[in-house]
Amino acid sequence: MTVLETQRLSRFFGGLKAVSNFNLRLQEHELVGLIGPNGAGKTTVFNLITGMYAPSEGGVSFLEREIGGLRPYLIAQRGIARTFQNIRLFKDLSVLDNVRIAYHFRTRAGFFPSVFRLPAFSREEKTIRDHAREMLETVELESRKSELARNLPYGEQRRLEIARALVSSPRLLLLDEPAAGMNPFEAGQLMELITFVRERFKLTILMIEHQMRVVMGICERVVVMDFGETIAEGRPEQVQSDPNVIEAYLGRE
Amino acid sequence: MRGGTRGTTFGSLMPDFGREWMRKVLVTLAVAFGVYVALQVLMLTGVLNLYWQQIIQLACIVTISALGLNLIYGFTGQFSLGHAAFYGIGAYTAAFITRTWPASGYFGFVLGLIAGTALAGLIALLIGLPILRLRSDYLGIATLGFGIIMKVVFDNLNFLGGSRGMTGIAGYTRFAWVFFLGLAAVVVLRNLIYSSTGRALLSIREDEIAAEAIGVNTTRYKTLGFVVGCCFAGLAGGLYAHLYKFLHPSNFDFLKSIDVLLVVVLGGLGSMSGTVIAAVAWTFLLEGLRVVLPPEILDWRLVIYPLLLIIVMLLRPKGLFGGREFRFLIPREPGARGQEPGIRGQESGSGKE
Repeated sequence: MTVLETQRLSRFFGGLKAVSNFNLRLQEHELVGLIGPNGAGKTTVFNLITGMYAPSEGGVSFLEREIGGLRPYLIAQRGIARTFQNIRLFKDLSVLDNVRIAYHFRTRAGFFPSVFRLPAFSREEKTIRDHAREMLETVELESRKSELARNLPYGEQRRLEIARALVSSPRLLLLDEPAAGMNPFEAGQLMELITFVRERFKLTILMIEHQMRVVMGICERVVVMDFGETIAEGRPEQVQSDPNVIEAYLGRE
Repeated sequence: MRGGTRGTTFGSLMPDFGREWMRKVLVTLAVAFGVYVALQVLMLTGVLNLYWQQIIQLACIVTISALGLNLIYGFTGQFSLGHAAFYGIGAYTAAFITRTWPASGYFGFVLGLIAGTALAGLIALLIGLPILRLRSDYLGIATLGFGIIMKVVFDNLNFLGGSRGMTGIAGYTRFAWVFFLGLAAVVVLRNLIYSSTGRALLSIREDEIAAEAIGVNTTRYKTLGFVVGCCFAGLAGGLYAHLYKFLHPSNFDFLKSIDVLLVVVLGGLGSMSGTVIAAVAWTFLLEGLRVVLPPEILDWRLVIYPLLLIIVMLLRPKGLFGGREFRFLIPREPGARGQEPGIRGQESGSGKE
C-alpha cells in the first residue's frame, strides 16, 4: 500500500525553485533516506508534506487522499508526524507535558468538562497520561518526566521530540536530521531507536540525514536531491557510486 | 483503582477525584470563607472605612481583569494592548441594562454582568478571528487599534453618556460579589490551565509551529484563550461600573490597558499567584500613596510606578513569580501515582538560581 505519494511537487520562492517536479512514493513500512547537499530543498519537501508551505504546483497524497494545501494541524491529525532540524520542543514545559500535548487532538473533553472537572475530564486526563508515560518509557525518558525540556541534554531532547511525534500513533514519521550534532555512540543509539519504533509502531519513515553512517546503516532506499530536483534514487550502495551524486557532493573532476 | 473512589457517591455529575480532593476543596473553601468573614467583619465594624472598602473591592476587580489578560498573554502568548476596551464593553453593557430596567434590582445586576461578560466575549470572537493570525508585535498594534476605536465609540454613543460620561448607575457591587467572583475566576482559570486544553494553550505560547505540527488547531485555541480572557475583562467591567456608579470613556483608554499589562508582567507571565498578588499590591499602592504622600508631591506618584516596573524588571525579569504558582493552586493530577510536581515542572525549574 502506498502511504505517501508526491506528484510533480514544486515550490517556488520568487524566482527560486526550491523544489521542482519532486516525485516520491513511499510504500508501507519503508524507511527511506532523503539526502543532498545543503540548500538542496530537503527540508522544503518536509514543509510541503506537512503543510507548512502550500505547494506551488503538484500535489501530495497521504493514504491515497490528497492533502496538499491543508493546514498543518489537519495533516498532523491524519497521521503524519515530524521532528525538526533545529529541535522545537516546548522548552519551558515539563518532559511529560511535551508528550501529553501531542495526544491532545485525540481527546474530546474540551473547555467545559475541564473547567467544571467533570468525570469525562478525569477519564481523558488518565488516558493521555497513560499514553504519554508509555511513550516516555519507549524512549527511556520516564525518569525525566518532571524536568523542564530545556534542561535535558541534547541527545535526550532529540529523543523527546521523537516521543512527542509518536504519541498520537502516526502512520508516517518525518525525521529532519535526527543525528545532527550527535557523536558516533549517540548516533548508534539513535539508529537502534529508529529501527525499534519502526517495528513496534508499524511506521513508515522518511528521514533527512547528513551522517552517511546513519543513512547507509538503516535506510532501505535513498533519494538524492540537488537544486530542488531528484538526481538519483536507489539502494544505499547504488547511490553511493552514482556519478551524479558524487558530482553533487564533490564537484566534477 | 485509586484509593479515593468513595467520592463518586456524590453522583455522576460530581468530579471524580476522590476523598483527598474533597478534603482539599473543603480546606480551600474554608480558608477563602475565613478571609471573607474577617474582611467583612472589619468592614462592618468600621475598622476599614468606606474608602478602603472601595479599594479592596477594586483590587478584586483588577484581579479578575488581570487574570483574563494573563490567560491571553501569559499563558497563550498573544500580546494584547486592548484589554481595557473589553473591560469598557462589559462596564457599559452592564450599566446600560441596570439603568434601563432599574426596577429589576439585583436580578438586573446579574443579567447585566452576564450580558457584559457575553458581549465582551462575542466582540473578542469577532475581532479575534481576523487579527489573531498576526504574531506578537503586529497583534499588539492591531489590539491597540481596536482599543482606540472603542474609546472613540464610547465617546460618541450618546445613549451611553458620550464624552460626558454615564451617571446614575446603581451601586449594586458589594464586597461579597467581587470576592467570590474573584475566587471563581481563579478556580476557572486554574482548572482550564491544568487540563489538556490548557496545555494546548501553553504549547502555542512555547512554539506555535511545533504546536501546529503535533495537531493543535492553533487558530481555534488562540481564539479560545482570547475570548475567555476578554470575558474576564467584561465581568470585571460590569462590577466596576456598579462600584463607582459613574463611567467615563477615559477610564477605558489605552493607558488603562497598559495598567493591566503592568500588573500581569509584574506578577509574572503565566502565573496566577503572581497576578493576584500584583493586582492587589498595585491597587493598594496606587490608592495608598494618594493617602500617604503629602499633596505637593502627590502627582509624582505617577513616576513611582514606572520606576517600580524598571526595578522589578532589572531584579526579576520574569516577574515576581516567574511562571510559578502557590502550591494550593496546582491540582493533583487524575491518574497520577502518588505525589508529583505540578504539570509545569516548577520543582525542577530555575527557582534556585
